[in-house]
Amino acid sequence: MYNFELVKPKTIDEAVAALADEEAQALSGGQTLLPTMKQRLAAPDRLVSLANIAELQGVSATGGVVTIGAAATHATVAEKAASAYPALAALAGHIGDPAVRNRGTIGGSVANNDPSACYPAAVLGSGATIVTNAREIAADDFFEGMFSTALDEGEIITAVKFPVPEAANYRKFIQPASRFALVGVFVARFADGVRVAVTGASNDGVFRWSEAEKALSGDFSAAALEGLSVASDDMISDIHGTAEYRAHLVKVLTARAVKAAG
Amino acid sequence: MPKDGGIGARSKRREDVRFLTGRGKYTDDIQLPGQTYACFARSQVANGRIAGIDTTAAEKMPGVLAVFTGEDFKDVGGNPAGWLINSRDGTPMKEPKRPVLAHGKVRHVGDAYAAVVAETYEQARDAVDAIEAEIEELPAVIDMASALANSDNLVHDEIGTNQCFDWGWIEDNREATDAAIKSAPHVTTLHLVNNRLVPNAMEPRSSTGSYDPGTGEYELRTTSQNPHLTRLLISAFVLGIPENKLTVIAPDVGGGFGSKIYHYGEEALVLAAAKRLGRPVRWTATRTEAFLTDAHGRDHVTKIELATEKDGKFIAIRTETMANVGAYLSNFSTATPTFLHGTLMAGVYSVPNVYVNVKAVFTNTAPVDAYRGAGRPEATYSIERVVDKCARELGIDPIELRRKNFIKPDMYPYTTPVALQYDSGNYDALVDKMEERGDLAGFEARAAESKSRGKLRGLGISTYIEACGIAPSNLVGQLGSRVGLYDAATVRVNATGNLSVMVGAHSHGQGHETVFPQIVADMLGIDESMIEIVHGDTSKIPFGMGTYGSRSLAVCGSAVVKATEKVITKAKLIAAHMLEAPGEEVEFEDGIFSIKGTNKTVPWGDVALKAYIPHDFPLENLEPGLEETAFYDPANFTYPSGAYACEVEVDPDTGEVDVLSFVAADDFGNVMNPMIVEGQVQGGLAQGIGQAMLENTTYDENGQLLSASYMDYTMPRADDFPMFTVDHSSVTPCTHNPLGVKGCGEAGAIGSPAAVVNAVIDAIQRGGKSDLTHIDMPLTPARVWAAMNA
Ligand SMILES: Cc1cc2nc3c(=O)[nH]c(=O)nc-3n(C[C@H](O)[C@H](O)[C@H](O)COP(=O)(O)OP(=O)(O)OC[C@H]3O[C@@H](n4cnc5c(N)ncnc54)[C@H](O)[C@@H]3O)c2cc1C
Repeated sequence: MYNFELVKPKTIDEAVAALADEEAQALSGGQTLLPTMKQRLAAPDRLVSLANIAELQGVSATGGVVTIGAAATHATVAEKAASAYPALAALAGHIGDPAVRNRGTIGGSVANNDPSACYPAAVLGSGATIVTNAREIAADDFFEGMFSTALDEGEIITAVKFPVPEAANYRKFIQPASRFALVGVFVARFADGVRVAVTGASNDGVFRWSEAEKALSGDFSAAALEGLSVASDDMISDIHGTAEYRAHLVKVLTARAVKAAG
Repeated sequence: MPKDGGIGARSKRREDVRFLTGRGKYTDDIQLPGQTYACFARSQVANGRIAGIDTTAAEKMPGVLAVFTGEDFKDVGGNPAGWLINSRDGTPMKEPKRPVLAHGKVRHVGDAYAAVVAETYEQARDAVDAIEAEIEELPAVIDMASALANSDNLVHDEIGTNQCFDWGWIEDNREATDAAIKSAPHVTTLHLVNNRLVPNAMEPRSSTGSYDPGTGEYELRTTSQNPHLTRLLISAFVLGIPENKLTVIAPDVGGGFGSKIYHYGEEALVLAAAKRLGRPVRWTATRTEAFLTDAHGRDHVTKIELATEKDGKFIAIRTETMANVGAYLSNFSTATPTFLHGTLMAGVYSVPNVYVNVKAVFTNTAPVDAYRGAGRPEATYSIERVVDKCARELGIDPIELRRKNFIKPDMYPYTTPVALQYDSGNYDALVDKMEERGDLAGFEARAAESKSRGKLRGLGISTYIEACGIAPSNLVGQLGSRVGLYDAATVRVNATGNLSVMVGAHSHGQGHETVFPQIVADMLGIDESMIEIVHGDTSKIPFGMGTYGSRSLAVCGSAVVKATEKVITKAKLIAAHMLEAPGEEVEFEDGIFSIKGTNKTVPWGDVALKAYIPHDFPLENLEPGLEETAFYDPANFTYPSGAYACEVEVDPDTGEVDVLSFVAADDFGNVMNPMIVEGQVQGGLAQGIGQAMLENTTYDENGQLLSASYMDYTMPRADDFPMFTVDHSSVTPCTHNPLGVKGCGEAGAIGSPAAVVNAVIDAIQRGGKSDLTHIDMPLTPARVWAAMNA
């Protein structure tokens, strides 16, 4: 790790101002950024901590929408969203280990858009809205492929708004070493249709499996998936699983998520 | 009634108090005045010619005190291999020099070619980044078969081949074994890979060198499993520092599993740098350095054949193995695939013909050496997999086939065709115990229940035998060892009656500080708390050949017994003097000396005190003091054995394997502390099942380590395992050491992988895919699913 300056703004405006410097970077839970800096793969001159900004904290539920402050930790979401959006809370409760869950945040996870992370599946699968200091971005427009998002330089996520579905479930098949998602599937049934979002599998990051969505919107049962398959062409192949295996898991996990969502 | 002290008691591990309360003192915890820090420049490529190293910029960096390159060490010795292996044609193995810092060529990713010493670690690291090395990348030698086939592309140009040796064991058995296999009614053939593992001790390697210009004395504090061997190697081979000017201290060490047996170049560097600077120099590995440079384990590619009669009686076992030794020969790397592997290839079976061929291969990967079990896991895995496959081919129950071929209790001492003489054992008793503790009779009902949930349940069996208590010097000497393998202990009775026992065996998790006092306390009839163990410091202990090969208790423990016996003999003379009786009439029991047929007694404490206040000693017959040393060199290896059963459930949709139960029935001879034995077996099982299910070290074709962090290298976690059933109540004592002990440190890692794989194959075959006969470890969901859907 190289030396850096740490600033601790108290408001979003102060944070945005501190991030104007090109060499500055937002620091949330640090669970991704700090290991990268320790390996000298990232070397920001200034870290702008988002941990002390009250506006970025908290979980609230009103009018069928659960709003989560960007700096809410995974542990907070697991606890505070449990009654309003159980599938989301369960997802948060199975990220990493207790240390990671007590530091890592939804804002950091969504901004990072790791292709194996769990939250992007929930955000895309729920059709959530990403709120930033400047605008609101629909999930469908936010994720732009591995580690890449619609965020502009210096733009920070302030909250994520999740419309609560009638039924939902997340199935995570762990990569044995990291225990991130080798493949994770988030299924959500809304009055106007079903969304299926897949993480871990694709070279393009989180994606929606539209054929499954169509089939499940007509018949929300595992049987509706019979005969469907996802192409393995753009899937990740690595030492933990081939593209074919990942494609296979997408289907198995989707069926299991549908069954579990009931 | 469980005993509350002494031999056989479940005494709590006294060392754990400091480990668990953060009061352990590891090498990196010790700060010496004026200490400086080293950081190494390591190769990013697997194979490359060093065209030039420019250190000018680095030398000018803030805080930098010295920069070293391979040039600085080209005239000192290399780090040698401890065992000389001869090839089948009689020629000695190829031994290219292993320098302190790479010179001329880098040979694996992580190979150190320069080092910076600076006031702080960060400064040293910054300066490493400023070193300009011009390294011309060459094609990497990774795959063993291509390495042997292609002599244009070499790891070591000067030896003209990538083959270290081509060893036959026993060469005289070759023809008979070939003929027996040719004419046998049934031959089972299996090709398998014994996966490469990274030891992953919790504490990364760390070394601090210091030098006293006033006395010319060096000190090395280092993470070592055997400080005396490290001192010997540095003194006699690498730096030439006289042994009496070099103290090697291995303080608390956070696990080793083999990887800290060996001497590494970083140790020589910090000593040489300390001398040059006149200040202590510390280096501590990062976890990445540990992955890239600790000696790895296993990595065999094997073909094994088992020839039998139609009824399953074994006729012959033939093995052909390629063993990866990596880029350089680590100290035990040549012994591990040969004498710790080939000599065990008869297993627990009475089989007349056994022949083993091992080709050791240099590759552009980290050195490979002994890792928990060392050679014996490889032997056991090959044998127990092929026996299982054979049982399935012949339609004989795998347990019945094993029982049919066991060496029977009335056959000891039993000499195998591969030159070991087993002293004792009872394998049927172990299988009985395993069947009982694992309720194997209830398996079919459990399998039916699994099936009702859509899961495939399987049962896998493995037996094993290992040679441990690695010693007799005369035997290992015949087998090529360049060192003796005895051990030593000094028992010092202090004037106030308590004892300091200096032992050669280093403890880094095994529990010596608890168990050795149990033995001495039992012999002296005093409380364990009166005895302290001293280990890990060459200036304090008589000598030691290290902790590995499950040898501490069998070899060093025997030295402790011998030294304690000598102390008792001397103490009896003192007691005789005090009680005014002839020495031969003194009896000693429960800490009291007494004279036969009288009521004259004197307690232990009074005798100890008297030894140091010898006002009235007849000095011509009785020396003051009470301290004795013994060196112990046993007559044979010890031969622990066991029978293991594993039950798994396979999810046919995903290939996921759940290990549901694991039963280990072991014969460790006499048990000194059952709690510690259970802990050792559980740890071994975690590593063995970890190898079977989770762990894998993967280099790509360019020699980049793909599994170089915990994001990609799967360390076993507690929730990967069921509660283990561990039983060591079947005992056939070792016949040739005073405690009748055999050793338990490696058993779990040796016996378990085959049981797991056999169970998964059983489950899949029960699920209807009877043509699936093998999957290579680790049995990750991806591999199992791919095999089931091939
Ligand atoms: C051992 C371990 C296991 C893990 N397991 C899982 C797992 O199973 N599943 C999973 O999904 N994740 C897992 N993670 C990742 C974890 O969830 C991280 O916490 C998360 O990905 C990043 O969140 P953070 O708050 O720590 O972000 P940081 O590390 O602080 O930041 C990450 C990136 O996001 C940027 N950033 C942070 N906050 C904002 C914001 N509000 N607006 C804009 N940019 C921002 C930062 O500048 C940085 O580039 C694991 C991590 C570890 C260390």
